[in-house]
Amino acid sequence: MEIKKELVSYVADLSRIRLDETEVAEMQAQMSEIVGYMDILNQLDTDGIEPMSHIFSIANVLRDDVVQPSYPRADILRNAPEHTDEAFVVPKTVE
Amino acid sequence: MQIQNMTALEVGAAIRNGSLTVTEAVTQALDAAESSNARTNAYITICREKALAQAEQVGQQIANGSLTSPLAGVPIAIKDNICTKGVRTTCASRILENFEPVYDATVMQKLQAAGMIAIGKVNMDEFAMGSTSETSYFGATRNPWDLEKVPGGSSGGAAAAVADRSAVIALGSDTGGSIRQPASYCGVTGFKPTYGTVSRSGLVAYASSLDQIGPIGKDAADCAAIMDIIAGSDPMDATSLAETPTEFLAGLTGDVKGLRIGIPSECYANAGLDAEVAAKTKAAADTLAEAGAIVEEISLPFLDYVIPAYYIIATAEASSNLSRFDGVKYGFRSNSYTGLTDLYRATRSEGFGKEVKKRILLGTFVLSSGYYDAYYRKALKVKALIKQKFDEVFSQYDLILCPTAPTTAPAIGQSLANPMAMYLSDIFTVSVNIAGLPGISIPCGFDAAGMPIGVQLIGKPLGDKTVLQAAYAYQQRTDYHKQEAK
Amino acid sequence: MEWELVMGLEVHIELATKTKIFCGCSTEFGGAPNTHCCPVCTGMPGTLPVLNRQVVEYAVRAGLALNCDINRYHKFDRKNYFYPDLTKAYQISQLYLPFAQNGHVDLKLKNGDTSTIRIHEIHMEEDAGKLIHSSYGDETYPDYNRCGVPLIEIVSEPDFRTTEEVIAYLTKLKSICEYLDISDCKMEEGSMRADVNLSIRPKGSDTLGTRTEMKNINSFKAIERAIAYETKRQIALVEDGGRVVQETRRWDESKAQTFAMRSKENAQDYRYFPEPDLPPVRISEEEIAYYRSICPEFAEQKAERYVSELGLSAEDAAILADSKYLAELFEGTVAICKDAAEVRYWMMTQVLYFLNERNLQPADITLAAEDFAAFVQIVKAGRINRQTGKTVFEAMFFAEAPFDLEGYIREHDLEQVDDDALITETIRALIAANPKAVEQYRSGQTKIVGFFVGQTMKQLKGKANPATVNAVLERELNQG
Repeated sequence: MEIKKELVSYVADLSRIRLDETEVAEMQAQMSEIVGYMDILNQLDTDGIEPMSHIFSIANVLRDDVVQPSYPRADILRNAPEHTDEAFVVPKTVE
Repeated sequence: MQIQNMTALEVGAAIRNGSLTVTEAVTQALDAAESSNARTNAYITICREKALAQAEQVGQQIANGSLTSPLAGVPIAIKDNICTKGVRTTCASRILENFEPVYDATVMQKLQAAGMIAIGKVNMDEFAMGSTSETSYFGATRNPWDLEKVPGGSSGGAAAAVADRSAVIALGSDTGGSIRQPASYCGVTGFKPTYGTVSRSGLVAYASSLDQIGPIGKDAADCAAIMDIIAGSDPMDATSLAETPTEFLAGLTGDVKGLRIGIPSECYANAGLDAEVAAKTKAAADTLAEAGAIVEEISLPFLDYVIPAYYIIATAEASSNLSRFDGVKYGFRSNSYTGLTDLYRATRSEGFGKEVKKRILLGTFVLSSGYYDAYYRKALKVKALIKQKFDEVFSQYDLILCPTAPTTAPAIGQSLANPMAMYLSDIFTVSVNIAGLPGISIPCGFDAAGMPIGVQLIGKPLGDKTVLQAAYAYQQRTDYHKQEAK
Repeated sequence: MEWELVMGLEVHIELATKTKIFCGCSTEFGGAPNTHCCPVCTGMPGTLPVLNRQVVEYAVRAGLALNCDINRYHKFDRKNYFYPDLTKAYQISQLYLPFAQNGHVDLKLKNGDTSTIRIHEIHMEEDAGKLIHSSYGDETYPDYNRCGVPLIEIVSEPDFRTTEEVIAYLTKLKSICEYLDISDCKMEEGSMRADVNLSIRPKGSDTLGTRTEMKNINSFKAIERAIAYETKRQIALVEDGGRVVQETRRWDESKAQTFAMRSKENAQDYRYFPEPDLPPVRISEEEIAYYRSICPEFAEQKAERYVSELGLSAEDAAILADSKYLAELFEGTVAICKDAAEVRYWMMTQVLYFLNERNLQPADITLAAEDFAAFVQIVKAGRINRQTGKTVFEAMFFAEAPFDLEGYIREHDLEQVDDDALITETIRALIAANPKAVEQYRSGQTKIVGFFVGQTMKQLKGKANPATVNAVLERELNQG
């Protein structure tokens, strides 16, 4: 299928990626080519086939409900680009 | 004693018999890494002090008998998407340029417990997205066999480091061929285990259902030796298998008598396949046949569909996995933004490179409302078909043999100019990831320009030891893997 | 025109496991910000989720209690969106194959009717973190302690027609979770949260109107107010010729209004897909049978038993049985003192009064059944009278258990006075001092006896046995 500019902008917005006009055009061309190639899957008859997400049929990999020590807060915050002694910092999310 | 041309097992043996100290081995590796880096740009971070401190300690532990692994004291290079506590782990991205994990990946804990010493973090395509190691924020890695050519990718730094003899062995990761293809381009041995054999805990995810850590080394025996250390179920990774093979190294006898090997005719009918690559990989099959294997032509009829299925699944998962890089908890944050959404946009637009952004957009597209069924869900059905076909083949054969890549290493810049061609170059490797199979690439000759060619052996699920066994048998009869880049 | 209200509920309940759903961090409420965190729940690169066994058990038991079909095979999916309360920028949830479907809850309404609410599905998911907003600056501080606390989301069909049904449903969910011991369901602490989908339609119509979804409602009272407000708003809008827009609206408790959230947050495309990091879960027939076998007695069965075996009225029985904590106290006390009527009296008058007056939850009760039973026995033995009993009960109710009942009575000198001579002496003095009142009594105004009772009690500091006082008064006043 052909990827329209609006669709590129829509997925860019969903992905929180900013594209300028040139980049939108470039992405549009490249995505159209790749998605066009993906469309050959339509040649395959997959009726009645269950979509497979996990390749091996393992199940019930579970953990016991036993408390493990949490990490020191300093380690949790250490790599944050901006933080206080207690928490991460983001621009205010409410007015 | 110079470790340059020694295998990891030879270095380990020399350390244990006292003809080499751990500190000597590690110092040589560090020096080689620094000088190699000037040419190949294979390393993002070299950890000299940490490695030397560890060498000292490991030396004592070997001396007092508390470390007995055949690879104790052996220096190793680690792909920079494997978390190393206190050593920055960048995924070759600006967005993680200064990220220092607060925990060690499970494989790192296992390597340390065995006394192996990480000398540095090696270059790669940004977030393992690429087949050339050119998309790194820290600059492209170069192929030691020809510095104007790419080393392959995404574990290009690992393959280049081993080929340039600066790393005795390395750990890479393979999502669609990222261990095997660079191993092929660089004339070294690269092994991708069965999905779930090596813990992914601490491997920064690209495509979670396809990613698997594995070794790149000088030969199959080294790969087997390190699998003895890193394989096994991990409570931190729910997709790791409860029962995984053991005694990889001990299983190597060199005997392939009666082993049934299938050669998919579709691979050799592929228009993109280079004639020299075709010839050399077929010759490899002949060598195995001479050693007693039964080699027959088979059919893998889904070859046309593996690339689209792979790129749908991989980019979908990637778009979700990479959403956490938002400038809040770790990594890069843009300097200029107004408000929260703008912070996300600015950070991610400045922090990610072009290829990564493209794959995030593609993945977002195939999952988005209205397209999910036609693309993502369809790809999961194709995945089921691919598995079904492999199951049929493996009901009659032990291994599949085919080229690792259609060509030898392309020139730097060539692939980025034609991304679709680059995607197509993964055609022989991606189905192995889709089906979770073990696969290895081993050197099997050179093209007219002297560039290495790799042949791929693919096994059934948990048939990792059979794959390594056949590779080992081949390497006992050939010496392509002993050739050195000049 | 007469309008009918149509509502559906999405109820989130935090499961009372010790650890989070995908890592070993504690779920304890109220820790200092970001102290119950590890690389997994803060979404650090390379980390992977591993499912907590206890979450599956609690969830499945809730599903059985709500009459759901339990899917023997279920999976997790990722719900993708960017927000700073979500560390991975996706929430692990269940969309394609939730663990429970097609359940129902039967409600008993005040007018005696019953009403059935169908449950569409229940799924497991992880909670998000908490955002702390700076009160002066333009910053928000994410706290990830709650990130990864296990939740079940119970999604009903649009079967609610009245606010009473909504409250009865939530009360019942809370009661069931309490009896299963899988959640404390405290709306005030956010361990139970309800989103209300609401639409209106002309009475008698069977098509659904456009609905709005109300979020951020965190008490039963707020739910009543929010429903009333939103119903009025929609009716006014439609009667004015307008149209209801499908949107999410935030309930603002202080302004008592709902507000449309920004349109951005409305237009969501969550890009759900199967979570590749978590293998599916299988539930065996044996597990289901086992969970059924350990299913406790719920409020309705209990209430019936209270009526048939213990002689309570249906109303009292329902109130006591609704809360596991009230029921446990009631049954525990009756088991020791064997006097259901007396225990009922103190539960209904004193316990419920204190909970209401102090705005406490039954779960907050610290009173031990042993102390309560001892108290009942002392009252029945006549060692303290009922009036004094109220004072003692209050002290006991708010004290730490075990309560030193004997010590308290001794210390405050509350033992009932039943000494005929002392009471007679007191009354004779009063008769002597109040000839007028005596005159009135003897002339037939017998109500004046109340004055003498009060005065006698006052003289004896309220401790006198009322029966003895009455008897002596009658004797003395009718003499001479």
